[in-house]
Amino acid sequence: MSIPVLALEKVRKAFGSEVVLEDISITVPEHTATVFIGASGSGKSTLLRCINLLEQIDDGVIRLDGADITNPSVDPDEIRRKLGMVFQSFNLFPHMSVVENIILAPMRVHSKSREQAIEDALELLGRFGLREKAEQYPDRLSGGQQQRVAIIRSLAVQPRLLLLDEITSALDPVLVNEVLSTVRDLKEHGMTMLLATHEMGFAKQVADEVCFLEHGRILEWGKPEEILENPKKPQTKEFLKRVHEAGRL
Amino acid sequence: MSQEAGRGSENHSDSTPYSFGGSWTPSAVELERRIARKARARKNSLVAAASSVLVLGTLATIIVTSPGWKNLSDTFFKWAYGFEVLPKIILGFGANVFLTVIAATSVGIFGLILALVRTSRSPAITPFRILATIYVDVFRGIPMLLIILLVGFGIPALRLKGVTNNVFILGICAVIITYSAYVAEVIRSGILTVHPSQRAAARSLGLSNFQTLRYVVLPQALRRVTPPLLNDLVSLIKDTGLVSILGVTDAIRAAQIASSRSFNYTPYVMAAGIFLLVTIPLTRYTDRTLRKSIDRQNAQGLA
Repeated sequence: MSIPVLALEKVRKAFGSEVVLEDISITVPEHTATVFIGASGSGKSTLLRCINLLEQIDDGVIRLDGADITNPSVDPDEIRRKLGMVFQSFNLFPHMSVVENIILAPMRVHSKSREQAIEDALELLGRFGLREKAEQYPDRLSGGQQQRVAIIRSLAVQPRLLLLDEITSALDPVLVNEVLSTVRDLKEHGMTMLLATHEMGFAKQVADEVCFLEHGRILEWGKPEEILENPKKPQTKEFLKRVHEAGRL
Repeated sequence: MSQEAGRGSENHSDSTPYSFGGSWTPSAVELERRIARKARARKNSLVAAASSVLVLGTLATIIVTSPGWKNLSDTFFKWAYGFEVLPKIILGFGANVFLTVIAATSVGIFGLILALVRTSRSPAITPFRILATIYVDVFRGIPMLLIILLVGFGIPALRLKGVTNNVFILGICAVIITYSAYVAEVIRSGILTVHPSQRAAARSLGLSNFQTLRYVVLPQALRRVTPPLLNDLVSLIKDTGLVSILGVTDAIRAAQIASSRSFNYTPYVMAAGIFLLVTIPLTRYTDRTLRKSIDRQNAQGLA
């Protein structure tokens, strides 16, 4: 079997005395999507931020394409270039138009020419039906459109791995679908992804593997139909029951 | 006066042409409302005019009928003499303008550097960060007049070789030293108000720390602090007058010379008028920028 895009080995992270991640070991093969589910505060977001080196882990190893990226001698900027990250709150740059948001990293980090960067950005925008929004500023866009632009912005640097951190949590239900169909599109194109989400129906559709996190530990890990329909652990059952009652399944 | 007194009425004022829909004509109810609104607006402007005439008229009467008024207007408002010395005061004001231009440019650069040093977390910068903090604390805490005196009279007293005794240059330096401390704090507060998630988004795109600052943090920070910076510019224009105590012939010093020659204070009033000619438009402009930036932030909050 080939080397997985991402491998975590016994990762641990604490903020002061509060342990948020403990003994996290997973592998993410190429062209697969792994979905993290779990209550708020279970460590999903922290895990994604650790992989992106926005947070420093306290123990364990994270490997990207087999190489240890948690080694102190590794330049974090170098690693982040290969990763795309999309946030719950979109985090578009409000002082830049949509197209400027997208071309910033290709130009400044990957030294693409402005013309080339714009051409590529417009192509991506066209692919996701946002071509006519190119010159708009983020505050003129709906939440769903902003989040899709954020996804395109992270795609523009052709990442090895896309980290999606509860990207629909700040959207109203009507807008959630347009963002999710964007992600489905990426999945069909073979993008390797890691998602934290509360959308169980979506998790079932897009996930190759589902991880249930509780208090910073992986309680269950497996195929979506196993975890989401026949969970073995009582905690997973309880969590899914609560999600179901909230109308998210 | 055609201006309506009610706030928010500009959104649905009577004169707005409703171009959409094409064949729409206002209903009887709407026409009635418009008549009522117009009546209210007319009443509001009448009240405003009456109250203005009453208050301002009373004030003017009190001043003009006061026992010392004749004396005061002879000493302060002798316009013939005022206009006779006006060219000299204007010439002096040239020095204030020149001082402002040089000082504002240098303060902008130096203040920005101080702000960047204070907000940087790089370990190599640590000693500079400490120095910058001390600098800002010290020079924000001393009255500018004292700094001008200390620099203007202290540095020449050191008799250092190669250091100027030119009061004009020393005066500019004193102004720059003080205002850089103020401006550094304003810019720093702007940098701190940019949400950490913006930084996280930039870094996760692979931008370096410096690139994040240059393309993401600073543009937003500077936009936010433009109104307070413009306020500081207004203060700076006025405070350049303080260097007159070193003997720089600016507008104030020119007025002082003119008034001591005749024991008449009209030149001071002329100097005040010249300052106002520059500062009032700038203050209005600052107000407008501030309102715009508040509107923009509110719009962002709604999105």
